Amino acid sequence: MKRNDIILIIAILVFAFGTIVFFNLTKSEGDKVVITIDGKPYKTLDLNTDTTLNIEGEDGEYNLLVIENGVASMKDASCPDLICVHQSDIHFDNETIVCLPNKVVVEIESSESNEIDGIVN
Amino acid sequence: MSSKKTATYGLLIALAFIFSYVESLVPIPLPIPGMKLGLANIVVLIALYVLGSKQAFGLSVLRIVLVGLTFGSLFSMIYSLAGGILSCIAMILCKKTKLFSIVGVSIVGGVTHNIGQIIAAILIVENRGIAYYLPVLLVTGAVTGLLIGMLGAEITKRLTVKLNINNHKCN
Ligand SMILES: [Zn+2]
Repeated sequence: MKRNDIILIIAILVFAFGTIVFFNLTKSEGDKVVITIDGKPYKTLDLNTDTTLNIEGEDGEYNLLVIENGVASMKDASCPDLICVHQSDIHFDNETIVCLPNKVVVEIESSESNEIDGIVN
Repeated sequence: MSSKKTATYGLLIALAFIFSYVESLVPIPLPIPGMKLGLANIVVLIALYVLGSKQAFGLSVLRIVLVGLTFGSLFSMIYSLAGGILSCIAMILCKKTKLFSIVGVSIVGGVTHNIGQIIAAILIVENRGIAYYLPVLLVTGAVTGLLIGMLGAEITKRLTVKLNINNHKCN
């Protein structure tokens, strides 16, 4: 390895770490669950109300979304990879669960974040 | 290309094919569905150092198309193309600068591989929230690149001796 390789590794780590710190400092709890299919709005739910929603696509595909105790997670899906089901629970602002085969995106949003943009709590 | 090089090229394509197949069998819980670690990058890296830029790029494209047609879906192919082509070009350019060793070039390949995939994911699902996973994927890419680079350095050293190629330096 050359000295430049080490510098490169350090630069990547510093950048990644900096981004993580930035995201964590600006991270806040969300309160809305926004569901889109293929980029189009499907439904918006309240993160603080326990509920179960079967997200149904046009061709019979489905994703079973469960909101419980202030976190959202995918419990079942018709996609072949089931990666969305294995993704961890989400509750922070901007966190997402993505099901690529079904083009379903579940994103946490905060009703405050639009008004007080950039303010860290 | 000499016949030895041509044989090596064929062997590398076969290897890349096997690596991609193994990778498609073992789903790695990366935060973005459909993403791959890019283990097949080692073959592209070796091709770049033993055979040359053109061969490495050709192998990169050939591998993605072959694998996509054989056991991929449209999505996995778009991901592979975005990640594979971007990382291959980045590695070629990076090697040309002569600033880095094979390990550094491989790290750049690993990182850009993930950046390419993240861009594809943002475009496919039209959701910029995915960029949230960038730091994790940068580190994953750097670590994968580092390991592949160290392994690739060893293999390249041996292959170069075997093939009697004197015009390439690996360090
Ligand atoms: Zn899914």
